[in-house]
Amino acid sequence: MNQKTMRDSFIEELSQRMRDDEKIVFLTADFGSPVIDLIKNEYPDRFINVGIAEQNLINIATGMSLEGFTVYAYAIAPFITMRCYEQIRVCLSILSQIKAINVNLIGVGAGFSYDISGPSHHCLEDLVIMRTFPNIEVISPCDHIMSGALVDYTLEKGGINYIRFDSKPLPAVYDKLFQGIRDGFCHLISGEKICIIGTGFMTAKALRISRLLKDNGIDAGVIDIFLLNGLDGEKLSNVISTYDIVISLEEGFIKKGGLDSLLLNIINDYKLNVDFTAMGIRDGYTFQPGSREYLHMLNGIGEKDILSKIKKRVASVSV
Amino acid sequence: MKNKNLIDSLKKTAERIKRETLEVHRTAPETRIASSLSCIEILVALYYGKIINFDSSDPASIHRDRFIISKGHGSIAMYPILADLGFFEKNELLKVCREGSFLAGIPDPVVPGYETVNGSLGHGLGVASGMALGLKKKNESDKAVFVMTGDGELYEGANWEAIMFASHHKLDNLNLIIDNNKLCMLNYCNNIISMGSLSDKLKSFGWETVEIDGHDMGIVYEELIKMKKRKRGCPKAVIANTVKGKGIRKLEESEISHVLSLNSSEIDAVLESEK
Repeated sequence: MNQKTMRDSFIEELSQRMRDDEKIVFLTADFGSPVIDLIKNEYPDRFINVGIAEQNLINIATGMSLEGFTVYAYAIAPFITMRCYEQIRVCLSILSQIKAINVNLIGVGAGFSYDISGPSHHCLEDLVIMRTFPNIEVISPCDHIMSGALVDYTLEKGGINYIRFDSKPLPAVYDKLFQGIRDGFCHLISGEKICIIGTGFMTAKALRISRLLKDNGIDAGVIDIFLLNGLDGEKLSNVISTYDIVISLEEGFIKKGGLDSLLLNIINDYKLNVDFTAMGIRDGYTFQPGSREYLHMLNGIGEKDILSKIKKRVASVSV
Repeated sequence: MKNKNLIDSLKKTAERIKRETLEVHRTAPETRIASSLSCIEILVALYYGKIINFDSSDPASIHRDRFIISKGHGSIAMYPILADLGFFEKNELLKVCREGSFLAGIPDPVVPGYETVNGSLGHGLGVASGMALGLKKKNESDKAVFVMTGDGELYEGANWEAIMFASHHKLDNLNLIIDNNKLCMLNYCNNIISMGSLSDKLKSFGWETVEIDGHDMGIVYEELIKMKKRKRGCPKAVIANTVKGKGIRKLEESEISHVLSLNSSEIDAVLESEK
């Protein structure tokens, strides 16, 4: 199966664009990978390692963008969002409302990506805390096809973007012809009555669950959400309104402002009559190392847990 | 002194700006007057001594020198200066902190002449370092980047990340002015966490530093000019020893002058005594 990291395809695309656009600079807080060497070796003058200093990463990015550069700032997802949260608020969210600045925060390691590293490296809060900012788009791709397409999307859009990547090589969900980034979501599979809505890593899991449900005679649709601030709410509401049961699936804390809250607001704003269940990480940290699925099981969202919960919902709503 | 006429004129201007700053404070007692009085000579030297290149008809001119006032709340003296120099109409000074005004208690970049969001401390030096590096990358290091911080602000760790960064990247177009008024909000810095010699600290990080009397206009002018011109492959700092609430006994003698306001009769008394 064609597996690749989101980071690799994004960086490959970005290094191509850096050839034609000398205004693009790449900043990292001492975080890299072999693919980053493409940029480091090709454009040493536009590759800046600020050291293990995420606060300064944001401040330097701000200053350079004020001087007209298009900045891609790169670090581990929990650190580039939470270590420098106030820098993001003051220098990016607030300032960008007044000044035209273009900074893209690239966070690698969404959710339980760093599965064996424990809670300091898990990133279960970023969707909630980054969604709260005005003037910042929160982008959560589910595969390397989408992540590669995000280079042109962010270059064209400008402004401030937070892009969160999974760190693991994952199979492709999209094909190369995908054109609908601006909608912010994609109705991957049409189903009947029930729909599972995922983001990032969990979209592929939603697809697997949908296949397993089919064996049980349940025809579940799947929606992938990738723009968590700027999606087309009306379009999404039109899709959701064709279902009776909606399940949100995210690898992040639930009931605090993440994907589930986004969907509940749409359900409320458009007065949709659906049965909604939020599935995600329970309110606590996970110290046990293990595989992704093991960590999901500990949090009640292993494949079997999700299947049985969905079957129960379907049974109760049908009654 | 070769610039005697200029220095005399700058001194007079500083006195006038101080009076006008007090009038702003009368209009808006919420403004931080003590913190704004410690840096008046610095701001007057920069703008009226033409150390900073600016174009008040085009505040975002690409030819301008950049000036980030990181201790934003303590720069209310900039309001009369910017109005006087034509960045906005003088009658705006009567509306500070009022509904409909763009002049808030802490200046933001909605004020023509301000570059960044200020007042939340510890961001200005890092952003200024990014600008300085950006200008170098564009081969435009003829434009200087100035940044003014307080001394208490240097407790914020992000400053030291920037101090290391600026030195490593040899940002000799970066000019830091520390308004060393030795007071935080609740007490003297020395009583909170002593920082020892700021000059020694910065030097050990690879900066060139000069320590001066921040209220002696002749020295302030000369040293700021020298700092801007000096380009020897390292970032530069002027540590200006100042007095918080300079010239007003009630403020000078209080360890909590940061949060003190002057009422209208106190302002009248100060203005009367300086006639």
